[in-house]
Formats: sequence, C-alpha cells, structure tokens
Amino acid sequence: MNSQTLKLIGRRFFAAAMSLIFVIVTVFAITNVLPGDATDAVLGQGATPQAVAVMRHDLGLDRSVFFRFWFWLWGVLHGDFGHSLLNGLSVADAIGPRLHNSLLLAGASAAVSVPVSLFLGITSAIWKDTVYDRVVSIMTLGMVSVPEFVIATMAVYVFAVRLHLLPALADVGSVHSLRQFLSVFFMPVASLALVTLAQMVRMTRAAMADTLSAPYIEMALLKGVGPIRLILVHAIPNAIGPIVNAVALSLSSLLGGVVVIEVVFTYPGISGLMVDAVSSRDVPTVQACALVFCVTYLFLTTFADVVTILSLPRGRKA
Amino acid sequence: MAATIQVENLEIVGRRGKGAELPIVRDVSFSVQRGEMLALIGESGSGKTTVALSLLGHIRKGCRIAGGMIRVAGYDVTALSPHECRSIRGRVISYVAQNAGSAFNPALSIMRQVVEPALVHRTLPRRDLEARAVSLFRALALPDPETIGERYPGELSGGQLQRLMAAMALMTDPEVVIFDEPTTALDVTTQIEVLSAFKAVFAERGITGVYVTHDLSVVAQIADHAVVLKDGAIREAGTVSKILFQPEDPYSQALLAAAEPRSRQADLAGQPEQRSLLDVRNLVVGYGQRTAAGLPEKVIVNHVSFSVPKGRMLGVIGESGCGKSTLARAISGLQPWAAGELLLNGEPLAGNVRERTPDQRRHLQLVAQNADSVLNPSKPIGQTLERVVRFYGGLRGAAATRRVNELLDMVRLSPSLASRLPSELSGGQKQRINFARALAADPQIVLCDEITAALDTVVAAAILDLMKELQRDLGLSFIFITHDLHALQSICDRVAVLYAGQAVEVGPAMALGKGVHHPYTRLLHDSVPLMEPGWLESTRIKRADEAMPATLLNSLSHDPELCCFLERCPDRVSGLCDRVPPPVRSVPEGPRVLCHLPASICSEFST
Repeated sequence: MNSQTLKLIGRRFFAAAMSLIFVIVTVFAITNVLPGDATDAVLGQGATPQAVAVMRHDLGLDRSVFFRFWFWLWGVLHGDFGHSLLNGLSVADAIGPRLHNSLLLAGASAAVSVPVSLFLGITSAIWKDTVYDRVVSIMTLGMVSVPEFVIATMAVYVFAVRLHLLPALADVGSVHSLRQFLSVFFMPVASLALVTLAQMVRMTRAAMADTLSAPYIEMALLKGVGPIRLILVHAIPNAIGPIVNAVALSLSSLLGGVVVIEVVFTYPGISGLMVDAVSSRDVPTVQACALVFCVTYLFLTTFADVVTILSLPRGRKA
Repeated sequence: MAATIQVENLEIVGRRGKGAELPIVRDVSFSVQRGEMLALIGESGSGKTTVALSLLGHIRKGCRIAGGMIRVAGYDVTALSPHECRSIRGRVISYVAQNAGSAFNPALSIMRQVVEPALVHRTLPRRDLEARAVSLFRALALPDPETIGERYPGELSGGQLQRLMAAMALMTDPEVVIFDEPTTALDVTTQIEVLSAFKAVFAERGITGVYVTHDLSVVAQIADHAVVLKDGAIREAGTVSKILFQPEDPYSQALLAAAEPRSRQADLAGQPEQRSLLDVRNLVVGYGQRTAAGLPEKVIVNHVSFSVPKGRMLGVIGESGCGKSTLARAISGLQPWAAGELLLNGEPLAGNVRERTPDQRRHLQLVAQNADSVLNPSKPIGQTLERVVRFYGGLRGAAATRRVNELLDMVRLSPSLASRLPSELSGGQKQRINFARALAADPQIVLCDEITAALDTVVAAAILDLMKELQRDLGLSFIFITHDLHALQSICDRVAVLYAGQAVEVGPAMALGKGVHHPYTRLLHDSVPLMEPGWLESTRIKRADEAMPATLLNSLSHDPELCCFLERCPDRVSGLCDRVPPPVRSVPEGPRVLCHLPASICSEFST
C-alpha cells in the first residue's frame, strides 16, 4: 500500500461522496415533482379544500421546497427519516425489520450465487471450448434471457401448486429451524440466484480466459508450475479486478431482482413497503427506501473499484 | 557420448479453426552436444518457436506432434506424461521468452517469480534460493542485485527484465536453456549489454542451449552451430562460420544478402544542393498542462530542427521512447505542437491536419508502421486505392482503374491483386499497398514510421529497395523513422539522431561511421553487432562511470537545460557537462551536434 494507491482510493471515495450528494438531491427532487401528495391519497377525491389545506399544514407540505429539503436532510444526517404521512410512525422503525428481511434474502442469494458462479466461470475458462464449457455457456445464456418473475412463477407452480413441497408464500415469521428456513427461502433464493448467476459466470469466464491467454501464463507452464498453482498464484491475482467488478454489478442487479421476487412471494421486505408507499404518496417512506437502494448500489460499486485498485500490479497504475 | 539434445524427424501439425491439419514442422532433425549453443535461424512462420517449445514438451493449442523423437538430457520428451513434463520443465530444461515485458506476471514481485521454478521443484529452501538469485542478478550485471527482486515487472526496463528472465531460467542449474529471440524487442544499445551478460554467464556455467533468432549478427556472437529453417523444414545446418561465410542453400544466401549492410546510395556528389522542401524549426511537442514558460509539463520532442531537401531522404533514428513516433505524429498533423514551426515549401503548416489545405495534406503523406491497422480488412485493396485516387485526384471509372494499376506497378505488385482482400496478402505485400496508398495522393514527401520494423529481413530489404527506386524515379522526399541503423545508412542521405526528445545530431548519413559525432551517435553505431564471430568480446563500449563516476557529477545535474545524454555519456567532463548546457556545434563537412566536446576529443569510428 503506497501513497499512489491511497491517492487513487481517496479519489474513488470522493467520487462516491459526490454521487451520494447527487443521489440525495435527486431522490428528494423526484419525490417532490411527482403529481399529487399524501392528502390526495388519504382524503380521496371528495375532500373539501379546507380539509386538504388543514392536512397540508399539519404535514408541513405548505412550506417551501427548500425548507422541507433542509429539514429532511438534517433528519437524514441524524438517522431520522421522518414520519410516515399515513400512520405517523417513524419511517426508520418501519424500514428497519423490512430492510433486515430484504438483506437476508439478498445475502442468502449472494451466498449461493457468488461461489457457484465463480466456480463455473473459472472452470469453464480453464476448460475453454470443451463440452463442459459449452454446456455451461448455453445454460447461462438461457438463464440470463429469462426474467426472474417467470422463473419464480414457474417455481411456485411446480413446487407449491403441483408437488406441494414448499409454501407458495414466504412467511418469514414461521422460521424457527433450519428446515423451515430452507422451505421458506429455497424458492426466492433460487430464483434470484439463478438470474444473477448467469451474468457473473459469463463475466468471470471472460476475465479468466483473457488472463489465461497471457504470455506470463505460458511462461509459468514452461517453468513447470502445476495447474492449481497456475490458477491460484498466476491467474487469479490478475483476473480479480474484473471478476469483483462483475460480482458487484451482478449483486446490484440483485437489488432490482429483490423487488420483483418479494412481490411474487409476498415476502415482507423493503420493496413491498416502497411499492405501498408510492401508491399512497407517502413521500418520507419513498425517499427513505429510494435512499437505501441507492446507497447499497453505491457501496457495491465503490467496493468493487477499491478492490480493483488494490489488485492493480505495482508500476501499472495510471 | 550422446548429444544433450537430440531431435529426430520431428513432425508437428496444426489446424486453424476447423480446417484440415497442416504441417508446421516437417522432418526436422538436429542435435546439440553438451556445452554447445545451437542457433535456430528463420523468419516469421518458419516454425522456429514451435520447435523450441516442443523441446520443453509444450505444444500450443490446436497443434500436436505427429511424429519423430525429442530427447533432452536423457528424457524422451515426446513420451512423457503431462506430470513428468512438468517435472523436467524449469528444472532440467528452461526457457527465456522473447518479450520479458509480457512474460513476467505483472501481479507478482520479481523475486517470487525468479525463485519459482526452483521452488516448485523443491530443489532448495527459499532462503538459499533467494541468495542464489541475488548472485545470478550480480552475474548478469543487474543494478542493485540485493533489492531488485522486491520490485515489480512494471517498474523495470525491457533490458533489465530480459536479464532477470535469464536469471530465472538459470535458477535450477538446468542442463538445457532455450532462448526465444531474447533480444529482438530491445534497443541496440540495450541488446549489447544483454548479450554481453548472457555470453559471460554461458561461458562461466557451460550452458547447453538453443537460441532462436532471425538476427544473423546475433547468431555470430552467441552460437556454435546453426540450423536454418524455412516453412518448418531445415534448409541448411552446420557450424556458424560455415552458415555465415559459405552458405550453400539459396535461402541461406538470400538471408545473408538481406542482412549484409549495403549501400543503396545514389552518387549525389556533384549534384546541386536542392532547395528545402520541409523545414522543422524548434518543434516542441508534449503532454499535460503548460508551465509558466509556455511549454508542456511533459516534453516529448524538445526543440527539434532539421530540414529535408527536395528529392532527399532524411532518417530519424533513436531508441524506443526517444520521441520519434511523436515527432512523426506532429509532422503529419495528428498531434499539435506546443512551440516551433513546420514549413512545407516555405509555407507554414497548421498543427492540426484538419486546418491544413487539401494540397498541403496531399503533399505530405504518412505510411504507418502497421499496414494491418491502416487497410480496411473488408475492402479489396483496389477499392481502398481507388478511394484515395478519387479523393485527391478526382478520377473516376476507367481513369481511376488505370491509376490504381499504375500505382500497383509502382510498388511492383501485379494489377491482378487489386481484387484481393488485405488478409489474402503477405506482410510485405500489405506494406507495399500501404505505400501505394500514400503514393495515390501524389505526394511530395512521404513520412515512413518504422515501416520495416515488423517485416522479415528479406522482405524489409526489398521495401528499402522500393523506397530508393521511388526516390530516384519520382523525385520523392522521405522522412524515414527507424531504430535500425543499417537500414538508415543504406538508404538515407541525411540523418537526425534523437535522444530523449532532442536532436543531438543532424548531418549527412554518409558520414556516420567516420568523422566527428555526438557521443550518443557513436554509442548507437558501436552497439550494432557485426556479423563476425568474436565481435562481442573484442568490442569495448566505454561506460559512463569509467570516464567519470556518477558521484562526481554536480548535484544539479538533473537540470533539463543540461545535456540530455549526461547520465550515459562516456565522454562527460566534470565541471563542464554537468554545469553548462551544451552548445550546438557544427563540424566542417560534418554534422551539427549538441555537445561541448571540441572536435579534437572525439575519436574516430573504428569501422
């Protein structure tokens, strides 16, 4: 770790901070230009102008946009996302357990898909152009072309409706044992993992195949280096940057997948909350949820870039 | 006693894509006795690297050994299992790759890679291996042998990496070492250092080896025996002196004729001095923001001046990184300059090619190094040429076709090639088309950037002949950018020697090799190997430290105003060169040099 590396990482963090500020402003701006506000949703179309005015005043909606922005930002910086416009509960409290559930689902999917796809990607690069490589390639191509809701719906049809093996709905509250955990999480995790897997396998294979065709790999072979050492010592350190980037990109697309999967399985995650909040114009909740998604995305990409910087060989840093 | 390396009737076949298997190596047999060095001589595609790799039991993807026998140090390589192959690679037989820059793993430190062959074969504990590596670094004259192992490939120069790769090959005291063009990618001044280091280690350790190369003067220095390969088959084999001095096979004779330095100079004596066509005046090209002085932060071409008279050929020579390609880009208008001016026929040219008039663009044409990157791979070459003819000459239909045929004739190609795609032509033919494309504009001056660098010797010699013919027949002027002193001397009338972005010498090319020169020009000249066995031992290139140890240099010697060659100059003078910027001196009947040295100190060349 030298000063140049630190400088590059510092620059990356600065870029991340800039993006974060941009995201905060954008999230607030977009939720404020949306037509209608909570009064429409709560009071309905027959509401009298007086009732609307009173409610707007109570909710602070009659204040200027800038005031509301600073007020909101101040809260966010102190971990206070405001209160739901609908039920007055703290948004942070509403999101907490939901976020926990969503992270559990995404985490479980990642825990399955990352090792499997690294294994498939690296092995198919090693055995490039063999039957194994073609089978993996065709399967991943097939997988990447099918949307997650199709896979999820088919899984529900087969395992729940036809075979009665697994519950169609993900009742997280009923999980008390590993067996129950498996039966609840198997289908959501499998559908999510399958979709992200494909992308990761393909990108890992490409990065690894590129590295394996480098002259220094042939040189290592000619030094008498065995296959395991060749992969672990010579190939992986050079392919790790692109691979981590592929993984981070796939995991961030996992976030989008989570939204769909949670709806299909009526899983009590953060996306269900966000969908409800949007339809009821519950701006603070929408803002908080959007912010959570954006920050997670930002975290993943920044993490990938930092790993790439750290994996750059000395003397090759630009 | 059995030979250390014995190859009998080796046949290797390979296929490209789904095509039928084609022979790559046909019926090759040779042997190398213990302590001898055999040169495998051949041009690209001759199968020399394939043969060299097969000695290690390594066959590239898509190829296989179809017959024959390879014995190395008592092992029947063709019969070994992959596991057994691994056990002899790096231990009994080791390999030095052509391009050390890409053959070292960029992610691992040098020391880890150098000790690896010994480590995977568990010959010694790591600590002893590292000590051994350091002693090898010292034997190969590497700087800072104690600490160089901690560095990474990206931090070292090509010549250093090539020597480190030799150290890696010698770690296990192998019986056989295979060298695959180890100095081809290096500058001549670096090549001679690497060759000397190799030669010293060979002599000390009595190494048996195979040295793959296309460079006959290197063969003369390094090898005892030689085998000439063409299209995968042996054309001639024998001792080096026999192959170099009494070659019997017509192909070996052609190779030698092409490598022989010979002058293609027309006798210009008595001809009136021509008016200047292109003038480069104090050109500065660089990158980055401008400093207070108005110059770029990183100066690549530093106040370069020269002129090209009409109908003459100017050679620009220098080592990699000296700024010669940047200079070419600036002259052709692809890279704007920061200061100075460029005149064509006395009129100033704009720095950006888009701001030049169509006639100015037509008069100055660039021929790029790599024809593949210039010719559209999906267009027949006739169409490519026709487009230029139409663009600059406004010719259409039959007139255009006639002009294309004329151009093909000018570069000595048959008009029937016009319907071919670039991929259906050989490297030399593509380079001729590349030339024809420039000629199609009917230029006055052609800028050639390393156009022979990627070609085989015989093909390159033919291209040089072509350039000379065009100069004579069409009265064309050329700027010939190269790192090959022989090529430059054989065709150029004038020469500009570039070092670290400065034109340290500009003068008549004929005078190279005699008279007074800049110390760098002399070093460049003395570093080109001669095709004489024993030249390497007899030649002595004075090192800068012998003249004056670096410790005596003025501490301010990094001042950019001072001589750019100071650090490497064998003739530097304490108190002068490290204190006062060098003046431009011109020698009567000779070059203009950027150096302090009075004419009396400069020694004569030893040609």
